[in-house]
Amino acid sequence: MNILEVKNLKKYFATQKAVDNISFELKEGSIFGLLGPNGAGKTTLIRMITGIFYPDEGEIFLDGKKFNPNTDTTQIGYMPEERGLYKKMKIGEQAVFLSRLKNLSKEEALKNAKEWFIKFEMESWWNKKIEDLSKGMAQKLQFVITVLHQPKLIILDEPFSGLDPVNANLIKDEIYKLAQKGAAVIFSTHRMEQVEEICDHIILVNKGQKIIDGSVTGVKQQFKENLFEIRFNKIPESQAGPAFDLIGKKDSSLIVKIKDGFSPNDVLQFFIQQKTEIHSFTELLPSLNDIFIKLVEGTPLARQFQPVTA
Amino acid sequence: MSKILIIFQKEYLTRIRNKTFLISTFLLPLIIALFIAGIIYFATHNSEKTKVAVNDISGDFLNNLQDDSSGVTFDFNQNINADNFSKEGYKAVLIIPKYDSARKDTIRLISEKELDLGTQEYIKTQLGMALQKKLFRQKNFDKNAVDSILQTSITDKYDFDAYKQKEGKIQQSNFWVAYGIGFTSGMIIYITMMIYGMMVMRGVMEEKTNRIAEVMVSSVKPFQMMMGKITGIAAVGLTQFLMWIVLLIILSSAATAFLPHDTLQHIQSASQNMQSSAAAQSAGTASKVSTFLHAFAGTKWILIVFCFLFYFIGGYLFYASLFAAVGSVVNEDAQEAQSLSLPITMPIILSFVIMTTSIYAPSGSLSVWASIIPFSSPIIMMSRIPFGVPGTVPWWQLGLSMALLIAGFLFTAWIAAKIYRTGILLYGKKVTLKEMGKWLFRKS
Repeated sequence: MNILEVKNLKKYFATQKAVDNISFELKEGSIFGLLGPNGAGKTTLIRMITGIFYPDEGEIFLDGKKFNPNTDTTQIGYMPEERGLYKKMKIGEQAVFLSRLKNLSKEEALKNAKEWFIKFEMESWWNKKIEDLSKGMAQKLQFVITVLHQPKLIILDEPFSGLDPVNANLIKDEIYKLAQKGAAVIFSTHRMEQVEEICDHIILVNKGQKIIDGSVTGVKQQFKENLFEIRFNKIPESQAGPAFDLIGKKDSSLIVKIKDGFSPNDVLQFFIQQKTEIHSFTELLPSLNDIFIKLVEGTPLARQFQPVTA
Repeated sequence: MSKILIIFQKEYLTRIRNKTFLISTFLLPLIIALFIAGIIYFATHNSEKTKVAVNDISGDFLNNLQDDSSGVTFDFNQNINADNFSKEGYKAVLIIPKYDSARKDTIRLISEKELDLGTQEYIKTQLGMALQKKLFRQKNFDKNAVDSILQTSITDKYDFDAYKQKEGKIQQSNFWVAYGIGFTSGMIIYITMMIYGMMVMRGVMEEKTNRIAEVMVSSVKPFQMMMGKITGIAAVGLTQFLMWIVLLIILSSAATAFLPHDTLQHIQSASQNMQSSAAAQSAGTASKVSTFLHAFAGTKWILIVFCFLFYFIGGYLFYASLFAAVGSVVNEDAQEAQSLSLPITMPIILSFVIMTTSIYAPSGSLSVWASIIPFSSPIIMMSRIPFGVPGTVPWWQLGLSMALLIAGFLFTAWIAAKIYRTGILLYGKKVTLKEMGKWLFRKS
């Protein structure tokens, strides 16, 4: 079942098409990567989903119903990239206050907050203030506050920045657990290795438009360049065959690109005839990082202002 | 609605529990009490005597200048001049040249440090009276008769009272009671609009610089966030105000118990002097004190307190939403906050300035108009109401003023909400007034 469905969403600012006709859907339990270079329109897109901005055009459905920014925001947990909490307010009270704004009763908020604080070993922070926390600690707290009200849709903008590996893993595990329990997670980041590790589905946004949409493996398949690595016990002497181009050479392996109209079997056949022993034959799939760079390359580093005619 | 309430609670409780709230609540009345005690002390211990030597070359004024019992004393001495007066222990020397009908000579008052204006005026008045006496004597009037005529005032023979007539009833007017109540209420409203308005602005700026704004607006509407903050701080203001009243009552009753004995005696003898001299002049004057107290008791307190609360809250709400809007567009820069809040603080300061003059003519057209326009009505109308409703302030004026203030608040809240919504999420960009104007007319 789709927790979130976004249809033809548009938001034009005076000088920019910030979000230009983006659609996607998000199933319950899935972890979804929202990728894109700086200024691609990710934050604007997220702000429309969280009800902060109204879209110029398009529709958003949350849990099968049309999204109502006045009431449905309680089902969303949003951790913005620019994080912040009240500096002078006690941490425990702050957690309760912010989850009460998400329609939790005082008792419920208190109970949930206590549970999460115990889970993350933060009980001793309850009566401290944000001023007393380190950046990483504040980050952890911000995550707890984001998910405290058991949202169906969790949106995390760069959730791991500033966290040490131990705490990053702690939060990663929690994200998995929340997804298993049926929440959908949108994960906005520039860190591709994290996306490959965590997400099952991605979209890539550039200049306000969606340019890729698919599962991580699907996208990789889509952008594969028919590269294979073949490892031998000894590199054969003849390295040029009709079925492939030689791309690279390592100590005991070759990287080849299979020409159109040929299959991996043709390549293997060629090398078997060389009487060398083949130890492994692996397809080289592009990393998301490569795909990202390839697709976004050529986009000016800073997005240029463009006149809007619409 | 309930979200506004949650934010209201949070704003109220965090501020009430804050140390600065306690400090300002308890310290300010203390400072005011010390201030009043200081004034009383200096008024009763006015020890500063100004000894003035008079070098009267003309001889026309000899022994005709009267000493002021609390300040200026005159010594006629031909040997004192501009060179030696301070050596001889005088504050100043007054040199009166011989009168020459052909040309106008100057009487010179010479001192090392400039004498205060009161003293200068006193000396001038004494010289004038001495001159009048001399002229009378030249016309062969009896000296004692002249003295007594010159000292006669209207109140020796008659009482003088101002009355107001309305609907056939004649009522004694009590300008100074009304003035005191009006000025104090206007002043308090002025101070609270400034202090709590700025508090709203700083609160919004804090939310913006702490970057909590985005977390908040993903849960609540910016309007709810703004209204929760504004009403929360209003409640803080009312709480503080109530605590001050209670504290002032406690302190003033404590003051009478603990003031040094001699100070109390000074106050008592001062008021006795006042009364006895008044009684000496006319038996009727003594009763004035009681009419004054009577007027104080007869003031329509319920109406005044109701109006005070209305204008106190209304004025605050009117300006607080504008302060919130300014807070939402500034970045960490305090200077920017100051320059952008200037268009808001100016009308507040201006209304206070208008009040200091308009209060002397509470029915004048300046007073009437300024008390109807919502920008100045909280201060000005409150300064007029103690003069009497519906005598000085007709019901229609009061009603119109209140209605316009409510409408004005809805209008400023609407403007502020538009600016606030955009401003609170805008970082690192300096916003001009022109751009803020554009936000107002943009569709949501």
